[in-house]
Amino acid sequence: MTETRAAVVGSLGERTDESGTPHVEFLGVGKSYDGVTQVVRDLELRVYEGEFLTLLGPSGSGKTTCLMMLAGFEAPTAGRIRIAGRRVDDVPPRRRNIGMVFQNYALFPHMTVGGNLAFPLEVRGVDRANAAQRVRRALELVRLTGFEDRKPGELSGGQQQRVAIARALVFAPNLVLMDEPLGALDRRLREEMQYEIRRIQRTLGVTVVYVTHDQQEAMAMSDRVAVFNQGRIQQVAPPEVLYEEPERGFVATFIGDNNLLQGRIVAARGDVCVVDTGHGIVQAFLVAPLEVGDAVTLAIRPERVALAAEPGLYSNEFEALVDDIAFLGDHLRVRVAVCGSSSFVVKIPNRAGHGGVLEDDRIRIGWTPLDCRALAPDEEGERP
Amino acid sequence: MTNATRALIRARGGAAGGLRAWALVVPLAAFIGVTFVAPLGAMLTRSVHTPVVADALPETLRLLDGWDGSATPGAPVFRALGRELLAARDARTLGQVANRVNRVEGGLRSVLTRTARRLHAAAPSLESAPGAPTSTDATRSPDGPAPWRDAILGMDEAWNEVVTWRAIQRAGERFTGRHYLHALDLDEAPDGAIVAQPEDLRIYLPLLGRTLLVSLAVTALCLALGYPVAYLIARAPPERAPLLLLLVLVPFWTSLLVRTTSWIILLQSEGVINDLLVAAGLLDQDGRLAMIYNMTGTMVAMTHVLLPFMVLPLYSVMRTVPPEYMRAAASLGATFPAAFRRVYWPRTLPGVAAGCLLVFILAIGYYITPALVGGRTGQLISNMIAYHMQQSLNWGLAAALGGILLVCVLALYLLFDRLVGVDRMRLG
Repeated sequence: MTETRAAVVGSLGERTDESGTPHVEFLGVGKSYDGVTQVVRDLELRVYEGEFLTLLGPSGSGKTTCLMMLAGFEAPTAGRIRIAGRRVDDVPPRRRNIGMVFQNYALFPHMTVGGNLAFPLEVRGVDRANAAQRVRRALELVRLTGFEDRKPGELSGGQQQRVAIARALVFAPNLVLMDEPLGALDRRLREEMQYEIRRIQRTLGVTVVYVTHDQQEAMAMSDRVAVFNQGRIQQVAPPEVLYEEPERGFVATFIGDNNLLQGRIVAARGDVCVVDTGHGIVQAFLVAPLEVGDAVTLAIRPERVALAAEPGLYSNEFEALVDDIAFLGDHLRVRVAVCGSSSFVVKIPNRAGHGGVLEDDRIRIGWTPLDCRALAPDEEGERP
Repeated sequence: MTNATRALIRARGGAAGGLRAWALVVPLAAFIGVTFVAPLGAMLTRSVHTPVVADALPETLRLLDGWDGSATPGAPVFRALGRELLAARDARTLGQVANRVNRVEGGLRSVLTRTARRLHAAAPSLESAPGAPTSTDATRSPDGPAPWRDAILGMDEAWNEVVTWRAIQRAGERFTGRHYLHALDLDEAPDGAIVAQPEDLRIYLPLLGRTLLVSLAVTALCLALGYPVAYLIARAPPERAPLLLLLVLVPFWTSLLVRTTSWIILLQSEGVINDLLVAAGLLDQDGRLAMIYNMTGTMVAMTHVLLPFMVLPLYSVMRTVPPEYMRAAASLGATFPAAFRRVYWPRTLPGVAAGCLLVFILAIGYYITPALVGGRTGQLISNMIAYHMQQSLNWGLAAALGGILLVCVLALYLLFDRLVGVDRMRLG
């Protein structure tokens, strides 16, 4: 079982190789508004043609600033940005030919849907008949055929969202930026729009840079995700890789749930190391360039921890005291105290009851070394 | 009822809440009723209601009703007039009566007062004269002895003229449209037809036209000057915006008189600007510009005084226009002028409408500034109204001019509503 998963991870890992033509390049980009606080630091990022790349991070992590610099509304204070191989420092936003979807859509309320869509064509001098046809096609693409004469105020949130997307695409830009476009929608509509945006992006093969703080959204839509924290990129990788192979503690906890244990490496051979947590010895999969004696953070997914029916099944097995049990339908969330962590979470699938686990019970839990990733500890202040 | 009141009533729900909400506006309603609606109504009534002569000379006017208007009326009319003039003299209302008649036909004030004075001296002998009536006047022969008529005719030539009597008759009309006719530069010809005043006597219509034009020009100037200022403040970073707003508000808080007189200091012929221009060699000593006590002075000072009324509504509307609109327009490829014209300007129209309406309505009734710096050529209709209120004491005409001004403002407001829609207007 572990072998097959390693194979899957391996094949996903290949997709992290950056190949193809870079469409957008951030080269050592930094941004500071006051000259003291760095909102974005040493940003190195390439977006490839036809790629759907998401900038994911908590609020204030610098992701929106990056998008604004790319759109041309903010100027980098360090480094440079290239689009299609050309430096764009001196190119004003209107000449960058980038479609942009804003958080609140920014549809012009005094114009009809048709007027909104025709606006970028009119300022480009496209003739009327041609423009009308392109507007019709764009509305067709977002499944709003016949909505030309409505005003944005007469549309639902989801429809306004579609119009905003159509407007960002109608002048056929090669690059489309989206700044948390689904933030105002309810969950069901958001999932539908995630699918829609993905479908449109695939249909047109356009490059999309998407900003969100919602990790599920990022996972669902993106070819690759760049995880931001404190103005720095923590990791850029396809969603599966981010989930399976987080390189930093921040990524491990920001993408999905993870249990973190702190310890020190006491022995290492190849990819496997032995870590002393101070409350037990754990075998782990070493992913960071760490050596014996280094402090280390161990990340274990709650769903990869199992109840040990009989001793000796796993190389990492511990007695744990059950602190709390939450029944969540398809699974149980069991909080236990183990290895110096008082909030270690175990996810038990709701298959055959819950194995008789009760609060204040002492249970045996275990996990394989491969499911326990040894990461470099986060720097100060980088924990989510 | 304002939206706030309506919302309050809805929030309270039920009739009790509604009554309570209404009770809250009672003091305001009473205040407005006493200080605004009642005086306005009284003034508007005065523009058509002229009871002075009718009250003072009731018998004379009643008898004049049967007069054919071809020659001087009969002796009874003279007698009634004589007695009533004496009564008015005793009641000290003679001056008002004479004034009213004089407005209808110039020169009659002195005729009336002189006649009354002389009658006072002659009255005792007239009352005891042989021709004194004992029974009904109407049955008496017109050719019989008529001491009142003879006496009055002897006192002033004017009583021999039909015009004098017609003037009394017309001044005695209790309700009249004459003030409105005068205010519109029209007059009633002796045959009752309405004719335009001769060209050189027309003053009110040209003045009204000038007032409308000046108000429009001031509104346009305020918009042209205020829009960029409001834009600047609305776009300023949050820590600087209050300071900029203060710069707009400080003049707003300064006394109007101070602001107007400071323009006199700046603009007068020996003033700061002329001195500077002369010192810079741009003007001769003799070629100093006349920038005040004329229309230029009125326009400059009014624009300055009314500017905050344009900036404030504009600013409050501009603040609600999200900056994303301009960013979106730029990202869609629009140049700044195109984005401004197609996106920003339409979003600020409610503020433009509010500011323009506010400035225009304030300007059209502006009085103090033109009075101080307008000189002879920079006077507006309000100054004429004030003149008739304070100098000529022709309150009826003043009220008629005010009424016409009110109608003009209401008409423009309705036109504005049709064009822009008052419900789209936002003051903040």
